Amino acid sequence: MSERQEVRKTYKLLINGAFPRSESGRSYEVTSKKGTFLANVAQGSRKDVRDAVVAARSAQAKWWAQSAYNRGQVIYRLAEMAESRRDELAEHVALAEGRSAKDAQTRVSRSIDRIVWYAGWTDKIAQVLGSSNPVAGPFFNFSVPVPSGVVGVVAAQDSSLEGFVNAVFAPIAVGNTVVVIASELRPTPSILLGEMTATADFPAGVLNIVTGYTGEIAPTLAAHEDVDGLDLGGVANGFADELATSAAASIKRVLRAHEYDATSLRGLRAFVETSTVWHTIGQ
Amino acid sequence: MSEDLTHSPLGSLAYDPAPESASIAHLRASYGLFIDGEFTDPVAHEQFTSLNPANEEPLASVAQASSADVDRAVVAARRAYDNVWSKTTGAERSKYLFRIARLIQERSRELAVVETLDNGKPIRESRDVDIPLAAAHFFYYAGWADKLDFAGFGPNPQPLGVAGQIIPWNFPLLMAAWKLAPALAAGNTCVLKPAETTPLSALVLAEILQQADLPPGVVNIVTGDGSTGAALVDHPGVDKIAFTGSTEVGRMIQQRVASSHKHLTLELGGKGANIVFEDAPVDEMIEGIIDGIFFNQGHVCCAGSRLLVQESVADEVLRRLLRRVDQLRVGDPLDKNTDVGAINSAPQLARIKELTAYGEAEGATRYTSSCALPDKGYWFAPTVFADVAQSHRIAREEIFGPVLSVLTFRTPEEAVAKANNSNYGLACGVWSEKGSRTLWVAERLRAGVIWANTYNRFDPTSPFGGVRESGFGREGGRHGLEAYLNV
Repeated sequence: MSERQEVRKTYKLLINGAFPRSESGRSYEVTSKKGTFLANVAQGSRKDVRDAVVAARSAQAKWWAQSAYNRGQVIYRLAEMAESRRDELAEHVALAEGRSAKDAQTRVSRSIDRIVWYAGWTDKIAQVLGSSNPVAGPFFNFSVPVPSGVVGVVAAQDSSLEGFVNAVFAPIAVGNTVVVIASELRPTPSILLGEMTATADFPAGVLNIVTGYTGEIAPTLAAHEDVDGLDLGGVANGFADELATSAAASIKRVLRAHEYDATSLRGLRAFVETSTVWHTIGQ
Repeated sequence: MSEDLTHSPLGSLAYDPAPESASIAHLRASYGLFIDGEFTDPVAHEQFTSLNPANEEPLASVAQASSADVDRAVVAARRAYDNVWSKTTGAERSKYLFRIARLIQERSRELAVVETLDNGKPIRESRDVDIPLAAAHFFYYAGWADKLDFAGFGPNPQPLGVAGQIIPWNFPLLMAAWKLAPALAAGNTCVLKPAETTPLSALVLAEILQQADLPPGVVNIVTGDGSTGAALVDHPGVDKIAFTGSTEVGRMIQQRVASSHKHLTLELGGKGANIVFEDAPVDEMIEGIIDGIFFNQGHVCCAGSRLLVQESVADEVLRRLLRRVDQLRVGDPLDKNTDVGAINSAPQLARIKELTAYGEAEGATRYTSSCALPDKGYWFAPTVFADVAQSHRIAREEIFGPVLSVLTFRTPEEAVAKANNSNYGLACGVWSEKGSRTLWVAERLRAGVIWANTYNRFDPTSPFGGVRESGFGREGGRHGLEAYLNV
């Protein structure tokens, strides 16, 4: 009797809630840290990036229009989905990053807890960053944080899951939609997480993932006129300078490489604008 | 006037009954106390019966917690605090609370039926307001447990310890959520005392806490009458008392803990003014007035029980209001079409009758809905008093029933003066299309909550609570954490 062969998965992009191959038809080989074959991953093109931005833009107003409570439940639902598929995530983190099973499990735990952390921020960020301003006059004056809009992210290259979670769910939690270029050499954990968003009631287009060669497609994201913010966490310094300069043409908010941790709001603050309302007071 | 609507050329437009099934409640015949993660044997306690106020039939028998029982609950809470909960990180507490929120959502239909059976409130309200808001409160505070450093109280704020929490019968599960969720998020352990007439949804919540694997002793639920509450208030092992209920009892509690180390927050009575200016959006305003006073049979501490109408539109507003009152459907709380359910208890019904009798005796003009009332159970027809003076008892005292007192005013200054002419200061409403005037009035109202062109809105992110004899401390929002932090 012949041995049963596993059904292997095709790793695809996530654009507008669908999982297409690259429009270019290209793919590239991804291996484990040890060099064994893992997958032929879609090699996203500049056109894929532009399609993803269109999807993110059309989703943004809807995502922001949902109540903060509802957005929190959607992100929390992703944590529920990730918890039930944690072994699969850990296996891929271990292969991609060359870690022990135990270490990979710890990283998955931290990633899921961080998703829960972000879920809780959706309806609190305004209470921490917002204010009522005692202007010297008969006005009620208040400031609220509003999302920048569409945020382009170049995800961390080494930290294939944790880095991805932080860079992506910080902007999403505060109401942005995201186009993310996954870790070039270690994309599979982020692709898995993207698949899980499909069962977590994420509206199509809130999270869009493009895999491929960072050097080829990141400039398109950085220069795109309809991208409002850019996180260059996964880009080495020299290239990051180049992308940041290109982003300046459309006055994007740019976030350079930094450490994410639960003691800082830097990631959450990076892509919010402050909107201030003056209202008269009088009989 | 109701005949115009129910008899048309097409036949009767009256609603057919649409009752929810009482069997969904899955109530047990008897309940013990929930102490240290387990239900005690009901046989071990004196028992009392929780009635369905809509038909006076018994629902379940419930344990009367003695002071020894309260002591065991406080000891369990202290042990859980020392050994488990104070060592549990915010991130882990957070996940317990998210679980509880999800379990409430999962069992929401059952909880809604339990609440309606035990309290008498319409199923439409328990289903659409009480239960979803209870889940939302746990969800919201779940998210604070791992973010306390950002709550604005300085770095690393610490919990108080063991919280004793005493809640009223008007929103039984919701009040349990308002108390437990912020307390647990902040890192306290709890002993909760539900109201004597509405203990059942808290006991279902105890089952939910078991399903959530909340560590034993972190939440303890002791049912009983006022003596149980008094034992909790007096217990030396309690660090914090949070009470929602009448100003009379709140005053007594404040006196009893005045010379102790105990922290205290009080959410007490109210006599909310709903202020209507002549430019108010009419249809929304009429619905808002109705909702403000007849929501939950007027058993709402922040009810808009004093309507202040600008004189120029007073006749028109009263005419429309009475027409609408006559259309309210009063009856079986389990019927999905019911607007106004049963009064929660015989003593409460007696109090409403007493105060409304004073209303007539003191010279106000009484209008009572022509609705038919069921033969059994505790019922009071929606009632409006016009020509009310500020000195009348029905303008000064909290009736806590479906009774509205209508007064008039001419200028914004007079509206503010009349609204503030109360010992209470919980909530007010302002109805006007002119935002600047609404804000001008709001600045001058002495009340913890002010609703503009709406009434009786609640949200876990929004602080709720009163000033003056309506109490102190806030529940909800970032501010709600302060009540359970040593800051």
